[in-house]
Amino acid sequence: MRYLLLIYENEQAFGGLPEAEQGQIFGEYMDFSRSIRQSGNYVTGEALQPTTSATTVRVKDGKTLATDGPFAETREQLGGFYLVEAKDLDEAIKLAARIPAARTGSIEVRPIMPTPPVD
Amino acid sequence: MDFESLYRDERPRALATLIRLLGDFDLAEDALQDAFAIAIVDWPARGVPKSPRAWLVSTARHKALDRLRRARTLNAKRDEIARTVETVVAPAGLDEEPFTDDLMRLLFTCCHPALSPEAQVALTLKTVCGLSVEQIARAFLVPPATMAQRLVRAKGKIRDARIPYVVPSAEDLPPRLQGVLRVVYLVFNEGYAATTGASLVRGDLCVEAIRLGRLLRELFPASGEAEGLLALMLLQDSRRTARTDAAGELVTLEDQDRSRWDREEIAEGVALAEGALRRGGALFYPLQAAIAALHAQAPRAEDTDWPQIAALYALLLRLHPSPVVALNHAAAVAMGERLERGLRLIEQLEQDGALASYHLLPAAKADILRRMGRREEAAAAYERALRLVTHEAERRYLGRRLREVGGAP
Repeated sequence: MRYLLLIYENEQAFGGLPEAEQGQIFGEYMDFSRSIRQSGNYVTGEALQPTTSATTVRVKDGKTLATDGPFAETREQLGGFYLVEAKDLDEAIKLAARIPAARTGSIEVRPIMPTPPVD
Repeated sequence: MDFESLYRDERPRALATLIRLLGDFDLAEDALQDAFAIAIVDWPARGVPKSPRAWLVSTARHKALDRLRRARTLNAKRDEIARTVETVVAPAGLDEEPFTDDLMRLLFTCCHPALSPEAQVALTLKTVCGLSVEQIARAFLVPPATMAQRLVRAKGKIRDARIPYVVPSAEDLPPRLQGVLRVVYLVFNEGYAATTGASLVRGDLCVEAIRLGRLLRELFPASGEAEGLLALMLLQDSRRTARTDAAGELVTLEDQDRSRWDREEIAEGVALAEGALRRGGALFYPLQAAIAALHAQAPRAEDTDWPQIAALYALLLRLHPSPVVALNHAAAVAMGERLERGLRLIEQLEQDGALASYHLLPAAKADILRRMGRREEAAAAYERALRLVTHEAERRYLGRRLREVGGAP
């Protein structure tokens, strides 16, 4: 079963860290990604640009409405994600707990809903 | 034949095994219900089968198949379940061990940390204890529809997020077992000291919790925490009927008629607490059970070994720090005739702010001030406690105390 691990963190706090520390955390992410590739859990994963670059889009009465900023202003922001393959929620939780941001922010674990393939 | 006790004894393990075989909580519950409906007619006429549990599982398995066939919406998932069910070993091959393993699986799944505490409690009472949705709703003072919704959502999460039906690995077992014990103690406390509503004691929940406590001790004989929790619940439950007077008013530990305490529960609780403590380790429930045992063993309130209780709370506070334990520690210090020091500890807690909305903080402070003869300050603290209390019987108790120190509620 596939799970999406959403990485929430205070992006300002991260941006405020000294460069050396940011580099160290980046290295931890590289190690984690490599490790879950080897174990066969990795499907895909990306880091996101900060929410200052986010645009939220809605269509109301056929009109497209684009507004500056993320969907919701929260204390922690979506900063990236992994899509992983895990046998059950317990394994997915164990993977989520190894993401560096689990110590400073939070990881939301969402099972992927099975849908028929698109031709 | 005592069908009711047979139902109570056989149901949890039979259901746990059916859930594993069928992979579906609702189907397993419905099919087992069908099997019991047959048994209630069949057994008095033809005698109880040699292994009632195996009979129930086997019969329920066939009933589940019937239900699956009847359901016209036989999709791939249901076909798969039906195939699994058909290939299951014959009931003769079912011995005790898999039943017990399945019951552990059921407990750990119902008490999985990915479910909300309310859902864990509801699911445990529904599946392991076999209470109806209406009974659980009444015990937790919510409308039946709300409780039903809570259960549907919990079962949905188990299915959709794939919460596994397994006993955790040796490495994960201690924290997960602690989670199961917490659920059982939540059930007990809900029965022992209802947080809202008019009835102080909803004893049925205490009875269910103690039954679960016995089950956990049987399933995890090596766990000092499980032994300690059962001891703690028995010792608290021994005072249950003495906690309220004829008019339904709250009677504090100090003023209780100790001849009304249940001696049998005390004897069993004390023996279990001693056994659990002897195992050693930084154990949460055995320490609390030891404190409860000291209260239970005092012939009169004035005989209570407060210095020993304060020392146990100090140890508990060091091993498992929490503001509520700190408050209990402060109160025990004060009761050991060190009123000034107890008061200072409580004032530290007030500054700390973690218990700002907890009525027992000003209530404990008021109690110490009253004992020190500082009536005006005591009255002010009782008034603060009265503003925070939600329980009717406790409100009336605090009101009586306030009048004693010359205040007007």
